[in-house]
Amino acid sequence: MTVETLPPGERRAIVRDGVAVGIASGTYGISFGAISVTSGLDVWQTCVLSLLVFTGASQFALIGVIGAGGSPLSGAATALLLGSRNTLYGLRLAPLLAWTGWRRFAAAQLVIDESTAMAINRDSRLAARTGFLSTGLAVFVLWNLATLLGAVGGRSLGDPRTFGLDAAVGAAFLALLWPRLRDRRNQVVAALGAAVALGLVPVTAAGVPVLAAGGVALLAGIISSRDDPTEYPEHDDLPGGGHR
Amino acid sequence: MSALWVAVIVTSVGCYLLKLTGLSVPEAVLEHPLVERVADLLPVALLAALVAVQVFADGQSLVLDARLVGLAVAVVALLFRAPFLVVVLLAAASAALVRLL
Repeated sequence: MTVETLPPGERRAIVRDGVAVGIASGTYGISFGAISVTSGLDVWQTCVLSLLVFTGASQFALIGVIGAGGSPLSGAATALLLGSRNTLYGLRLAPLLAWTGWRRFAAAQLVIDESTAMAINRDSRLAARTGFLSTGLAVFVLWNLATLLGAVGGRSLGDPRTFGLDAAVGAAFLALLWPRLRDRRNQVVAALGAAVALGLVPVTAAGVPVLAAGGVALLAGIISSRDDPTEYPEHDDLPGGGHR
Repeated sequence: MSALWVAVIVTSVGCYLLKLTGLSVPEAVLEHPLVERVADLLPVALLAALVAVQVFADGQSLVLDARLVGLAVAVVALLFRAPFLVVVLLAAASAALVRLL
């Protein structure tokens, strides 16, 4: 069996980009850690989320729903619905990465927005694997270190409102949503999702309004029939990814 | 075990299985245009709903308070392509400032 290798220059460039994205994305684990402990989770629960869930939007959704007084299980349901997009990423990545056995089980944990964006659109399997691994591992290590830092620091903050941490949660969700809002249909779906949720706030238990907004996605998916140009994250959508 | 731990573990196992499923099933199994569109639109609807609830809900009532100022500042920061952490910090700082005034 011949061992293929990438030209050293190309390999170095891919790894450097992966680490840059890792630093930019990983550091916002600080805000996750701080917001999580002020939402009622302890440091252990917060760190387990970053280690095992390891997909930012789902983690923020879980602590957001719990922080707003929703039941932990409705928070988990919202987190799982948000995590379903990683299944789509995996479908695209599988033929590119072509890992089997234990490597596939290990690689699965690293399937996130950032690693997907840095793996698709490569022109060889080795380049795709290098982009996926360097980005995925860099984000994983830094995201978890930053979570611990934020969680330990956040405990000393006291009332989250004093430092505007309650406003930070909404801003975090908006920043995650932002790259998708370039598309007109997404703008409509976002507006309807927000309207449905706000309409339900006064009449349902906390946690339900956000889950109900998922119905908007279902309806819009049935009604419309074209592809979404923002479906897969681009390098430019990532913090630190648009530097070239 | 507390309800919080149950939620943490359910989310952990579920999110891993969602990732593994994508890497493991033949593409044809989930390759249905409707499934793809809905899975693609879910984050858009859910994140927008989360923004709205985080900013306007206070328990069962809807209120306008310092969080809206934080959101407006976040929009401006995003228009200027500020990094995630900067967006979040500016939103928090501006809301905290409004409460101080």
